[in-house]
Parts: sequence; structure tokens; C-alpha cells
Amino acid sequence: MNEQTLTEAEIADLRCLAGMIIPRSEKYGVPGADDDAIFADIVNSIGRDRNDVHAALATLRELAGGPFAALDAARRGEVAAKLRADGGAPVRVLTRIVLLCYYRDDRVMLSLGLEARAPFPKGHELEQGDWSLLDPVRARAPFWRPAS
Amino acid sequence: MKEKVDVLIIGSGASGAAVAWSLAETRMRILCLEQGDWMKQSDYPTNGRDYEARVFSDYAISPNIRQRPSDYPINDDNSPIKVVNFNAVGGSTIMYTAHYPRLHPSDFRVRTLDGVADDWPVDYATLEPFFAENDRMMGVSGLAGDPAYPAHRPPMPPLPLGRSGAKIAQTMNTLGWHWWPSDTTIATTEYDGRAPCINLGHCTPACAQGAKASTDITYWPHAIRAGVELRTNCRVREIATGEDGMATGAVYYDRDGVEQFQPAEVVIMACNGVGTPRLLLNSSSGRFPDGLANSSGLVGRNLMFHPWAVVNGYVDEPMDGHRGPPLCLWSQEFYETDRSRGFVRGYNFQFNRTVGIGTEAVATEAVGLVPWGDGHHDAFRGLVGHRMSVGICTEDLPEEHNRVTLDPVLKDGHGIPAPRIDYSIGDNTNRMLDFAIDRGAEILAAAGARHVHTIRPVVYGGWHLLGTARMGNDPERSVVNSWGRSHDVRNLFIVDGSIFVTSGGVNPTSSIQALALYIADSIKQRLATLFD
Repeated sequence: MNEQTLTEAEIADLRCLAGMIIPRSEKYGVPGADDDAIFADIVNSIGRDRNDVHAALATLRELAGGPFAALDAARRGEVAAKLRADGGAPVRVLTRIVLLCYYRDDRVMLSLGLEARAPFPKGHELEQGDWSLLDPVRARAPFWRPAS
Repeated sequence: MKEKVDVLIIGSGASGAAVAWSLAETRMRILCLEQGDWMKQSDYPTNGRDYEARVFSDYAISPNIRQRPSDYPINDDNSPIKVVNFNAVGGSTIMYTAHYPRLHPSDFRVRTLDGVADDWPVDYATLEPFFAENDRMMGVSGLAGDPAYPAHRPPMPPLPLGRSGAKIAQTMNTLGWHWWPSDTTIATTEYDGRAPCINLGHCTPACAQGAKASTDITYWPHAIRAGVELRTNCRVREIATGEDGMATGAVYYDRDGVEQFQPAEVVIMACNGVGTPRLLLNSSSGRFPDGLANSSGLVGRNLMFHPWAVVNGYVDEPMDGHRGPPLCLWSQEFYETDRSRGFVRGYNFQFNRTVGIGTEAVATEAVGLVPWGDGHHDAFRGLVGHRMSVGICTEDLPEEHNRVTLDPVLKDGHGIPAPRIDYSIGDNTNRMLDFAIDRGAEILAAAGARHVHTIRPVVYGGWHLLGTARMGNDPERSVVNSWGRSHDVRNLFIVDGSIFVTSGGVNPTSSIQALALYIADSIKQRLATLFD
């Protein structure tokens, strides 16, 4: 899916909603989900979920009584809360797309102390841990149940 | 007409690969038909930044969501637990978490010990050499000495404890409860051409490193070198039978969608606990009007899933998060029957490291721990990387009303009737879940966890597809005999999880493969009298 398969009104509402789900944070120095790059990723990632996204945006518009993006901030907050509470599976799908795209953005990953990369091929380090913790379990008598 | 083969295996997953490799030494002509294709490690999700999102698309665990050409739809609307699987060379060993416990000795004697369900016609001691052989072929990491099991020695050392494992271990020691590093099929050293684990942290939807054992990289290279033919993109529609009631081969659609017939002396089904009954029921004929091998009426019945729950909480200390295999430790403190708990049989705790940050965001938002709006960042950053997760795998007892049938409407891409699932969680299992969830919460409380919450059941948790063509000595109460041969069709064998009599309370892949090797060995021992 790309922007051509969403109407301009849907794009405006989705962008506004994404920024409400995850707003920009000065405290952590991260953009909101309505950031240009992140939002482009969101729109391009809808793919096979387009029916749910269309349904969620239709519900949003219905709750708003018109274009969601045109509402004032207070009313948008009320409508978004209602959507989250009552929107059902389509809203969960839309929210999942927003979250997954947001938390793979380089700036967001770096702000969380993570490397902005795919897991493969570098992988990660995992400490071996203290295997002496197993000593009391090793000392336990076998307790599997004989079959007869 | 294709040239007749000695042995036709349907399905190349956990059991089909094992039986193919074992039979290869006979020098019989062996052919395996697989509905999927070979997978490429370079295509696996952890190669890309979108690795978490692909769990919701082409690497979804549900075939109904994934919808690859190799998948067939499953009507599981009438089940609180949805079927999950993977269809390719390697089957669901491509997409599993590589947790590899064995069934216990008591699991084979539930009627004798606990007065429920039925005993198996085989026992742990009979299967023990095949467990060991399979551990060597799949490459198991673990640690000898677990007091919850008869002695066995995995060929590779265990996965690291890490921070998460150490925290769980400390907590379980405080409670005085059993724990042990899980047996896994994740290589911790170089092993049979596989590279060791580098902690990609996203094991279930296939391993880009090739450290996780799947049969496309374990059994199949050996079987093919030994002369077995594996024919991909071939979806079997039905098993054909002759006037003498013996199987004559299989009708299938090739990669071009052209109908073919493959004649065979012996047919071995390895299609899992949903695929096998589906194929048997689709193979009805005038002689077998209720489906093939179904004189007992039990084909498709007694479906068992292992109803699963998860108890999550968040601790102050940083955990491993996504930096390691989700597998970690198990506890079998509550595995064996104690009637004072209000149920019979038991369950396995599976302690997990957690998931990538995107998945953690989705999970915490979904349960209301992370809000929309201004509080989002503070809430999420206080949780991510701090999760302790206790998985609960309960024994599911066989009940005939839990079953696989053919859907009257739904069909796959080749027009073959799709399976329908009718399933409900039994009373004994529900009581077990109540108890286990309380114990899981007790563990998290002892660890000082906050925001403890439970997922029950895990809806997309139908990994373990068991019991739908059970083995037994009585042809009226079972589908195959004690060495996997159909009671009704003497050259038809079943080697997958559908032959389980009971489910035990652990992940079944190790036991499925040990059974497949045992059946292959039984065939080899009886070659001169196989059809008597």
C-alpha cells in the first residue's frame, strides 16, 4: 500500500492520530509517530492490513463526526480515547503498525540505547550467568515419576 | 504415471524428515512429497529492520494470516485456540521456538497411574535410544543431571543463563522449586555444519544464523545424500487404495498445479495432527466411506493442543530483553500428579527472555500498561527490557468431541476441502490453568515484579497438534498399532503427532521425532513381514 490507496482525508486523520498515540518528546529527544520519515514508513507498511486500517479510520471519522484532523485538541483527545476503548480489532491493527514502525526508527532506537540495525549478522552478547545457582537443584534427588 | 517407489512419505517436517533419514539405509527407493518449498536463510526476518512486523505478515504463525501459497486455510472459528504451523521443507521446525523437552516416563502410563485417558502401547524405555539418536541428529543443547528426568546427556552445552535466567534461578531457589536450563535445538557450538547461536533474539520465525535446528538443515541433507528424493511444491489430495484395501499411492498437484499420481508400495503420513486427519478424511472411497483408516471412527478425534497461558511482570533490574533466544529455563516442579491440587497430570513452566522493542510496545499497549499520548514515553521506557515471562504448558487430556473434520465450504488453493477445528478446553485443564497461573504469579511476586498480568489462553497457541490418529493395540479404540501401522490399511503408516495417545505437558517435537525413528526402526526390523 502507498499513499495513493489512502485518501488525502484518511492520510490527514491517520497522521494526526499517530502523533497522538506517540507524541514527540523533548525529554527524550525523539520525534512523534507523525514525523515525516516515521509516518511514511507507517503508510508504506499497511500492506495486507489495509482493510483494517480503512475500517479503523472510518470509525475514527464517524466518532469525530467528520474529519478527525479538523477537530480541536480537546475534542481529538476525547475521540481518540473512545476509539481506543471501543474500536476493536481494526484499531488494534492500526496501533500495532504505528508502534512497530516507530520503534524501528533509527532516532528512537538510539535514544533507547540500542543499535539501529537488524539483528543479523551481528547478533548480541549474552552473559553466561552464574551457574552455581544450580547447585541446590543439582543436590535434589530425582523426582520424575516411575511408570510402574 | 510416475515410476513406483518403495516408500512414499507425505510431509517433510519433524517426523517426515526423521523417518526418511532412518529408512534411507535400507536402499529402498524413498520419495517425500512436500507441499511447500525450500526456505532461504537470507530471506528470514532477522536479516531486516522490519523483522518484528513480518510476524504479522509472511512469517505469521497462523496459516490463515500468513497465506503463503504453501499454506492451506483452517477453519478454527469454533476453538479458543487457533492452529499455528508452517508449511515448507522442514515443516513447523522452521517456525518453532526450539524448546525440546522429552515426554516423561509417566506420560506413557496415565491410565495406570492416574486413571484417566489411556496408556500408550509404547513406553519411555523403548523410545529412549531413539530420543538419544534424535538429539544427536537435531543437535540438542542442554545440561545433563536434571532431577526431573531420567538421565540423558545433550550433545552441546546449554544456552547462557543471562540476566533473565539468573533472576529466575534466584527466585526459584528462594521458593525451593525446581528449575533447569532447557534442552533446546539451538546450537551453542558449531555442530554438523551449523553455526553457533549469536543471540539474534527472534528465534521462532526461523533462524537467519542457522543455529536453530530445522529438519531442512539437519535430517534432510543427510537423507538426500543417502538417496532419498524430496519433491517440493507437491500438495497431496488423497491416498488412493486398491481393491485389496491396500494403499496404492497418492494423488497430488505438482508445482504447476497439474494432477499427478505417485504409486508406492508403502505410504507414510507425516502431515501433523491436523494435516494427517484432513488427508485421511479426504481419502474416502466406496471401501472406506468414512475416510481412510477410520474403521474406529477416531480419525480426527481427540485433538489435543496444550492450552497455554503466560504470566508477565516487570522487575526493577534490566533483563535480557531481545538480546538472546527467548528460551531460557524450564521448571517441572508441578509436572507429576498431586491430587491435592484439584486436577490430575501437570504442566511445565517455560521461562522466557522477551521480545524486540516493537513487539514489547505492542504487547504493553494492548494490555493497557502503556497509554496513548503524553505518558507514552515514560511508561514504555519504564517497562522495556524489564519483563519476566512465565509460560505455562498444560497437559491436555484426550476428549473425542475435540476434533478435526472437513469444512463443508472452505477449500485450499487446489480446491481440496480444508480442515475444520471444533475444540474446547477441558475441565481438568482449566483447573490446572487456575493453579498454574497462581503459581506463576507467586514466582513473579517473589521476584518483586510489578504490573503482573496473565494471558489465558494464548489464542494463537495451537502449536502442538496431537492425538487425531492415536496409536493403540485395540483397532476399535485406535487408528494405528504400537509401531505406527494403520489397523485398517496394512501398508499405511503414520509417524506425526497425530498418533499421540495423550499429550504430556511439554512441547512435543522431541517425542514426535523419537517416535518417528522408532517406527522407522520397526519397519526395518519387519521388512520381510511388514504387511502381515
